[in-house]
Amino acid sequence: MTATTMAGRPNKRRIRKGRVALHAFLITMSLIWLWPLAWALLNALRPLSDTIKNGSWSWPTTLNLNNFINGFQQANLGYYYLNTLIVVIPAVLIVLIVSSLVAFALTRVRTRINLFLLLMFTAGNLLPPQVIIVPLYYLYNWLPLPHAIADNGRLYDQYIGIILIHVVFQMGFCIFVLSNYMRTLPRELNEAALVDGASLFRTFRSVILPLCAPALAALGTLEFTFIYNDFFWALLLIVTGSKRPITSALNNLQGQFFTDQNVLAAVALMVAVPTIIVYIALQRHFIRGLTLGSTKG
Amino acid sequence: MPDPQVLSLAPAPAPTGAGVVASGSGKKRRYSLLTRRDKIVLLVIVGIPVFLDVVFIWGPTLASILFSFTNWQGYGGITAQNFVGVQNYTFLLTQYTLFWPALIHNLMWLGFFVFIASPIGIFFAVLLDREIRGSRFYQNVFYFPVVLSLAVVGIIWELQYAPDGFIDSALGLTKQTNAIDWLGNPSLNIWAVLVAASWRHVGYIMVLYLAGLKSVDPTLREAAAIDGASDVQTFFRVIFPVMAPINVVIVVVTVIESLRAFDLAYIINQGTNGLELLSILITNNSISEASLVGRGSAIAVILLVISLVPITLYLTRVMRSTGE
Amino acid sequence: MAIQDTSRPEAPSTTGPRSVSRRDVLKGMAVVAGAAALPTILVACSSTATTAPGGGGGSGAVTGTVTVGSNHSDPGELKGMQAINAAFTAANPGATVKMNTVDHGTFQNQISAYLQGTPEDDFTWFSGYRMRFFAAKGLATPIDDVWAKVKSNFTAGFATSVTGDDGKVYGIPVDYYPWCVFYRKSLFTAKGYTIPKTWDDFKALCTKMQTDGLIPIAFGDKDGWPAMGTFDILNLRLNGYQFHVDLMTGKEKWTDAKVTTVFQKWAEIMPFHDTTYAGLTWQKAADTLVQQKSGMYFLGLFMTSEFQATENPADLADVDFFPWPTLGTQYDTEAALDAPIDIWMVTSKSATLAADLDTAKAYMEFWSKGSTQLLMFQNQPGLIPAASDTDTSTYSALQKKAAQIVGAAQKITQFLDRDSRPDFAGADGMQGFLQKFLSNPTQDTTALQASIQAFWDALPPATV
Repeated sequence: MTATTMAGRPNKRRIRKGRVALHAFLITMSLIWLWPLAWALLNALRPLSDTIKNGSWSWPTTLNLNNFINGFQQANLGYYYLNTLIVVIPAVLIVLIVSSLVAFALTRVRTRINLFLLLMFTAGNLLPPQVIIVPLYYLYNWLPLPHAIADNGRLYDQYIGIILIHVVFQMGFCIFVLSNYMRTLPRELNEAALVDGASLFRTFRSVILPLCAPALAALGTLEFTFIYNDFFWALLLIVTGSKRPITSALNNLQGQFFTDQNVLAAVALMVAVPTIIVYIALQRHFIRGLTLGSTKG
Repeated sequence: MPDPQVLSLAPAPAPTGAGVVASGSGKKRRYSLLTRRDKIVLLVIVGIPVFLDVVFIWGPTLASILFSFTNWQGYGGITAQNFVGVQNYTFLLTQYTLFWPALIHNLMWLGFFVFIASPIGIFFAVLLDREIRGSRFYQNVFYFPVVLSLAVVGIIWELQYAPDGFIDSALGLTKQTNAIDWLGNPSLNIWAVLVAASWRHVGYIMVLYLAGLKSVDPTLREAAAIDGASDVQTFFRVIFPVMAPINVVIVVVTVIESLRAFDLAYIINQGTNGLELLSILITNNSISEASLVGRGSAIAVILLVISLVPITLYLTRVMRSTGE
Repeated sequence: MAIQDTSRPEAPSTTGPRSVSRRDVLKGMAVVAGAAALPTILVACSSTATTAPGGGGGSGAVTGTVTVGSNHSDPGELKGMQAINAAFTAANPGATVKMNTVDHGTFQNQISAYLQGTPEDDFTWFSGYRMRFFAAKGLATPIDDVWAKVKSNFTAGFATSVTGDDGKVYGIPVDYYPWCVFYRKSLFTAKGYTIPKTWDDFKALCTKMQTDGLIPIAFGDKDGWPAMGTFDILNLRLNGYQFHVDLMTGKEKWTDAKVTTVFQKWAEIMPFHDTTYAGLTWQKAADTLVQQKSGMYFLGLFMTSEFQATENPADLADVDFFPWPTLGTQYDTEAALDAPIDIWMVTSKSATLAADLDTAKAYMEFWSKGSTQLLMFQNQPGLIPAASDTDTSTYSALQKKAAQIVGAAQKITQFLDRDSRPDFAGADGMQGFLQKFLSNPTQDTTALQASIQAFWDALPPATV
């Protein structure tokens, strides 16, 4: 595809024109792609009075951060961020730990069951969540829990309930990726550990886990983003508005700020900030998480 | 909800160095090295997640199927009286005014993704596969909507589509002069939402495909070049067939994403008036004051059956690539 | 006096007050909205315990706790609830009120699971069929003993609104509000409009408003239920109260030609409605009235909260209303209208109910007083207290007029989604059907009516 791999001298002029056209196209598409975000940002920086007076398609007379500040306070975003952390961080940690343990166990058990379980876990992740939400809703309302864990005695309307469903739902994908990844690790490592007299758990903790670090980092990044961005589970399994993680809370916040769409834009952008930061900082892991294993071998 | 990570490209060619294969051939003797304690530990480690998976995913799936044959509304237990056979299904398919629009919208979503959004993603991937300056930048631009929640995407695009939003203002249409109500007009809003959804979907597909392209053996390309093939020919005749595993992943991802569509339509108008979708129909029927659990479950089962197609496709591939 | 008994010769079958998701998700004011609210509005099972010291412990003061589930998530109503809870604990030292406030729309959506799962002792709800439906499923506790003490404070109409199918009383009526056509007096004076009395006057006024560059009839149907108000009033005036009630309960068919006439009449005025209605919530539509972009708005009295929100008293004082114009039928004399009634009820599955029963009932009795209801009313003037002993001296002219128009009506209904089965009137059903109609008002509605009837026929049996 690239001109440079062609044998023989490439025609320089043809390349340049081709390249220029390519870049022109890509730049245009990039601008189109960035535009909705830029527009949201622009609106978020404008006071509503400015937009109303001059119409939204006008040069802004003032730009300030008032919408962000007011939005943050009125929407109590700090509180919602906290809610989100309460859900996301345990969920990511638990799912990574559980998945790596299971993946490890599955790589040691080389029977048909291994494959069956793998298929079961993977398929569980591919299901549209709406297929299971109704019985899940009733299950969550019925399953009795000790009050020490849940003050209303149920999984419904509890952080634990949301963390649980995230873990179970994401498990499939993580187990799948990790077990493939682990399979690519040299068998000799396991042998060596065994010869050294290490127990299974020791092998896992000291040998396999460190080697899986890149995969875990990748999955962790991905899972953080995914669980943070979840809208559905918390929308239906948490009923107290103030308990919702921030993305699911957007539904209510949208109603709260119906009078001022610029503040709403600011709030939406603030909601998006953590994932954008994670993406920018951990891009590499992100992309790797999606494409794990494909370049190995 | 939409899983950017639903599928990885991992199952592609079995990794070479490891020689690890899922069948039991010839490895049995290694297992005698597992102590009894180890075996119990393994059982617990695998058993608990399996148990959770069964209780919270597969159990509810079966329950959905069961509920769909009842007219249960959640009050009290399910009795024999509640079982009504296929009544819910006949009602949905023949009489429910909102069902067919929902199904059609899901199919439109699928079609739009399959014929427009995914190909654009693939196209971008192909373009960016070259060593050009700024490739990283372009990738970031196209990919970054994927890291946004669909709820945020919905709000961002509402600013575009509102009667006083960007599109109408730029076209000079105001409320008095017949602004186009992109999100309120039932004939238009599904398309508006599809554009917003594609804004996100394209980047996702692009990254998946790009990774696949990078793993294609360069010698193939060189051979094609030597044979005098043009770029287009090289792609369609050489690259594309070799990417078969990735192509399957793309197809499966595309289909699954279009069946799962929920967030965007919900945040815009809660899935009404032109944005009906099977997923939202389920929750509006079942997890609502109406509490028509049986009917909602029937819709869920229909969604399940449709989903089984891509799921089976993917699982078959997984099975094959793990050497069974 | 709130309601005159004599003007309602026959107990109307009043069902379901205020529409489904009036203060719904979209006006969210989610529980944590506003820092001021946060300290007192806590998540489930937390308390707004205000055990005020001293204060008169009147006769029969109770102690103990009562948990209440409230859908008063709007800031004004929230304040009202807090004031009422404080007053209750002042009158009953030693009693504690634990309130759980849930966003209005969410409260309705999860009512089924709520009542069966872990409800509070007392909860806010709507009268009419919507109440009888859940009472019949055994999810509410009858309060005949409380009612015996307080029933003299309510007219017969209210009494019917809280009586279940088994003849037992399940709730205390606390407020109501009529649906009328609202307008701004200053706008009408400025443009020289007169109040239309007949249908033709109404249409002529709309035409005039249109040429003046206004949206004649504001409308916002994003939530799906506002459209039901128009259906109700047209059906009541064209086909009469009895037909309407029978239609709501399935005794008449939606395929009836009478229903077709309603849709046809509706189509006549649709061109005068706001064309962007599909994307507007009622609050946004009300704002067009506030901003004088539209001329009239047919909604419940609660709409006035949008005028109050401008914080310019002149706006609120500028609001007025007139009843829906006469349609020239025999039923015009019924002067029927929707006047939904809100109530308080006692659950049956609350874990703490057995222990809290006395306090829970005392809370209900407390709510039956005009003085209590006034506390809410002061914070949300769109709700008119139902108790007969309410001091009406603080009512504004508008509120007095509202009480009067309801009093003068011979027949009152509760609103489509409260007069009818909850599984019929929601987003899964009637809301969607009406939206289908509105998207093409001049369509031949035969098929639509048939599908509505099919939907009704396919519902599970009402009794369990």
